[in-house]
Formats: sequence, C-alpha cells, structure tokens
Amino acid sequence: MTTVKLKPEQVVNAFEKKFGEKFSARIETRKHKAKKTVILKRVWAEIDKSQFKKAVEFLCELYPMPHFSVASGYDMGETIELIYHFAIGFGGKLDEFIFSLKVVLPKNDLVLESITDLIPGALISERELQEMLGVKIKGIPDSRRLFLPKEIPKGVYPWRRDSKGLQKLVRNLNEADKK
Amino acid sequence: MNPDKVIEKKDRERKPDEPVKKKRKSNSYSLSIGPIHPALKEPIRFDLQIEGEKVVKVDFELSQVHRGIEWIGTRRNPVQILYLAERICGICNICHSTCFCIAVENIANIEVPARAHYLRTIHAELERIHSHILWAGVAAHELGFDSVMHYTWKIREKVLDVMEALTGNRITKGIMMIGGVRRDINEKQVPMVKEALEYYKKGFGKLESIFLKDPVIKSRTVGTGILSRHDGLALCAVGPTARASGIKKDVRQDEPYAAYSDLDVKAITPKDFLGEVKGDVFDRIVVRLLEVKQSIEIIEECLKQMPKGKILHEEKIPKLLAELRNIEGDGIGRLEAPRGEVIHYVKMVGKEAPYSWKVRAPTYNNLLPWGPMLMGEQVADVPIIAASTDPCMSCTNRAVVADGNSEKILDNEAMRRLSVEKTNALKRRLGR
Repeated sequence: MTTVKLKPEQVVNAFEKKFGEKFSARIETRKHKAKKTVILKRVWAEIDKSQFKKAVEFLCELYPMPHFSVASGYDMGETIELIYHFAIGFGGKLDEFIFSLKVVLPKNDLVLESITDLIPGALISERELQEMLGVKIKGIPDSRRLFLPKEIPKGVYPWRRDSKGLQKLVRNLNEADKK
Repeated sequence: MNPDKVIEKKDRERKPDEPVKKKRKSNSYSLSIGPIHPALKEPIRFDLQIEGEKVVKVDFELSQVHRGIEWIGTRRNPVQILYLAERICGICNICHSTCFCIAVENIANIEVPARAHYLRTIHAELERIHSHILWAGVAAHELGFDSVMHYTWKIREKVLDVMEALTGNRITKGIMMIGGVRRDINEKQVPMVKEALEYYKKGFGKLESIFLKDPVIKSRTVGTGILSRHDGLALCAVGPTARASGIKKDVRQDEPYAAYSDLDVKAITPKDFLGEVKGDVFDRIVVRLLEVKQSIEIIEECLKQMPKGKILHEEKIPKLLAELRNIEGDGIGRLEAPRGEVIHYVKMVGKEAPYSWKVRAPTYNNLLPWGPMLMGEQVADVPIIAASTDPCMSCTNRAVVADGNSEKILDNEAMRRLSVEKTNALKRRLGR
C-alpha cells in the first residue's frame, strides 16, 4: 500500500513545481549525536490559503495515506497561523520525516476547507481548531465541541490572544496576565 | 409493556398489501458509558447505539478533564513547563517531559551529551515496561481474571522500585532537564537494574503462558475489536494499536531520538510472533508483551554501551534560562511513548515563555479507531476493546441504558459483570 519511499527534497521540489510562488519551504537539517551521528531532516512549508486543499490532495497523490499527526495553531494578532504536521514514510530506520504545512488565515476570513475526506483521521484536530481558535472548517462532518467543557461560553476561544480569548474567565488564576 | 409485543400486535393488524414497517427502530437503544467507568481509566463518555447485544454506532465525548495545560504553559518558562508536562499523564510522565525537551533543544540547537541520551533511553524503556504491565493487569481485570490482575501488578512493583531508586520517585520523577538528565546512574545502581531485568525475564514466561496460551483469554480476544490496516492508516492510529494492525510504525525506528539511533530497534507487529496480522485485541496483547521483552533487551544494551561523561548541557539553571530566553523558532519533539507517538510543537519568539505549545498525546489519534473496532461487537466486549488501545483517560461508575420511557441503569459492576459472565460461560464451555 504505502511502499513509496520519498525524500524531503523530492517532496519540496514536486510542490514547488506544482504550486510555484504560492508555496515556500525550507528543509531543516539536524545532526543527532549519541555515539553515532545521524542526519535528520524536516520540512517546514507554507502554502497560500487558496491552495491549501489542493496541496493536501497533492500530498496524498505523492504519498498515499500520509500519517496526519496533529494541527497546531496560534494567534499572531492580525492573522491566525495553522500548521498541519504530516509524517511521511515509515517502516524502516530513518525513513520518516515531518512535513509541516503552514497556512495563514486573516482574522476577517477564518475559513479553511476540511481535509477529512482525504484523511479521515484529521477530524479530531479539525474539531479542536474550531473550538480553540474559532476557525471555521468548511465541510467538516462533525462540528460539535470535543475538548472544551460545557461551562465555557460559546464565542470564547482559549488559544486566541485577542478579545475573544479566555481573559474574562481566568482573571483569578495565578497564570492570568496581571494588568 | 414490552415494546416487542406491541410491534407484534401491530404486525398482526397490518393489511396484506401494506409495506412492512421497520421493526429495528424500536430495538435500537442508546447506551452511554462513562464519563466515569471502570473500563476507562480516565473520564470519557461513550455513546453507543446498540441493537440487542450488537453495537451499531459509536460516538464519544471528551472534555471532562480539559485542564488547559497548553494555555498555562504559554505563561511559564521552559524549565517550569517540564514539571507541568510531567503532569499531563501520570504514566507517561517521562515521555512528555522528554518530548518537550527535544522540541526546545531543536530550537536552541543544544547538543545533549551522549550519556544523557542513554540515560533518557533507559528511563523511557523502564516506563514502557511499567506501562505495558499495568495495562496487562487492566486487560485481565476487564476480562474477569482478577487474580491475574493482582499477579501482573505485583510484578510491576519491581520496576517502580527501580525507578524510585534511580530518580527518587515512583511516578512524577522530575528527572529530565533541557539539555540532558538531572541524575546519573552510578555503579552501585547498575546491579539493581540488572537484577530487575532478570526478574522480568523470568516473570515474562509466566505472563506469556497466561495471556498468550490460555484458551479462555484467546477466545475472548481473538477476532474481537478488529482494526484493519487500512482503517489504522486512514484514521492515523499510532503505537501498539497501529502496530497490532500490521503498520510498522515506531518513532524509535523511523526517526530515532535519544540513543535509539545507535540501537537497532524494529517495530514489532504480531507477524513476528503469530505469522499473521488480524488487528484484534489478542494482537494488541501480543505486541505489548513482545515490547516488554524488547524493552528489557534495549536497557541491557544501553547499560553495556553507555559512554562516560557529562549528563547535562548546562548545570546552572539561571544560565540555561538566559540562553533559552533569546531563542526564536519552531521546534517539534517526537517520541514513542508506551501508548504511541507523542508530539510536542513549541514556538519560541525570544521571550521567557513559549508563544505556542501544542501537545499531542497518543490517545488523541487512537480515539477514532474505536469506531471500526467497536462496530458490530457485543456490549460485553466493549470494556476490553475500549481498554485494548490503552486509552489515557480515566474511570468508574455507571452506564445508562435508556429506551424511551423506561430506563435501566447498568452501574460499573453490572457492566463488568457482563464481561465476567461471558468469560465464565466460555470457561464452562471449554471445560476449565
């Protein structure tokens, strides 16, 4: 099934060819030294929002059934940045590398397509992004809350750093930002 | 009145040309298990649709133990986060703190001394032995073999003693530090670790004969809760759950960290032991038990190969913190916890606290595979199937079987009793 062996460079080149300016990437090379030294590589890529779904589709073409690890996200003030981490290749020593695909969403248009039709395992992460950052995932099969307790009111997104964040709910905690 | 009888009466009144009404609808019940339930070690609520004894739909609800740890983390410095990360999970405490260390070390380009890599490996593998044996006890309990549970947990005490001697604590050990490990293993401690390994080698034979050869356990677990390789890949399963479905995925092999780059670790699938892969509960037992054996070998190898030298990149914490205050960038830490792959994503922006910290524990990915596993199974098998992925959420109390007006309550004991009864019936049938 998944017998394709891919190198980080191959993936980046294929993406650059297909998406041109809408895609940018850097390959992080790291030496890991215990007694022996091994070279580990990781891809940090960024894709334009309009091409996001196509990029994931293309990734699935290059490497059938990629392992979707998790999506992380944070609030940068004007924008919200989401990073989808995929693990490409497994099965042998040093075969796998992480392909992190970043997509930047402006605050006034927090909508992104769902990738659950391509990778069903992404559902939990997409539900998490919806409730934690207030990003609307278009076409998500199940949009209920998953992690947040019922007591947290609607329209409050814990990972946000603006007025929609948790400030009002946590002012008595030790960790809350004191003014 | 019995709903079945009502339908029968209606059927009799039906005109000959009238289409048959769907009978099944009234036979479908919703069974809610948890959030507090003995089959689940931490709170989670299952919402199952059942037809008779058969599960036809699976849904679950988390949110009972959301503690906002990531949020708290973005208000603390990296060294403080280590202790917070340990408290994400009591059993995988080494995993989370090591994973966070790896992520920060990646950003700061800190080189960890070789000896520290070996020490991290030893601690991680001790934890794997402890977690897998703990799980074996839970599985035995779910099946109704309580003496086996007590036996496995008795065996487990030994590794806890070793951990306590090496780190000063049984559970939250506080041993990891960014750039290394806080305590070394000295010459006097080595024989004690070796003795414990010998103890496990001996005990392993008995565990093997209980779990892998007993006909009752076999008939309860073989062919139960099947996760196919395709579903495992599509739903992104990790750890023993994925490997039991024949997916050779193990971070220790695929993208080695700590001392695993020196060692020859191979992902274990049931194929190595049984010659074929079914992806059922039995396969998950096989994989975990073989991994205990593998862990013993890894620790022995580490003790043999461990180089001498420093165990920390920087001993003075204020100096380390000053160094970490200036780093910028994104880092990912990955490692293979007993239950599967753990990932931490950290973003530092040159401030004391990280800008973003995302923790992904293995159960996060092993939730969705519950769907295909539980589908079509009997209610009595739900506890063992749910427990077979070793979910990292907690337990105990009641399940409600509701059918419209009447409500039948299945409390914690009743649920487990169903499972125990099934085992006893099997025992009788097998003449044991």
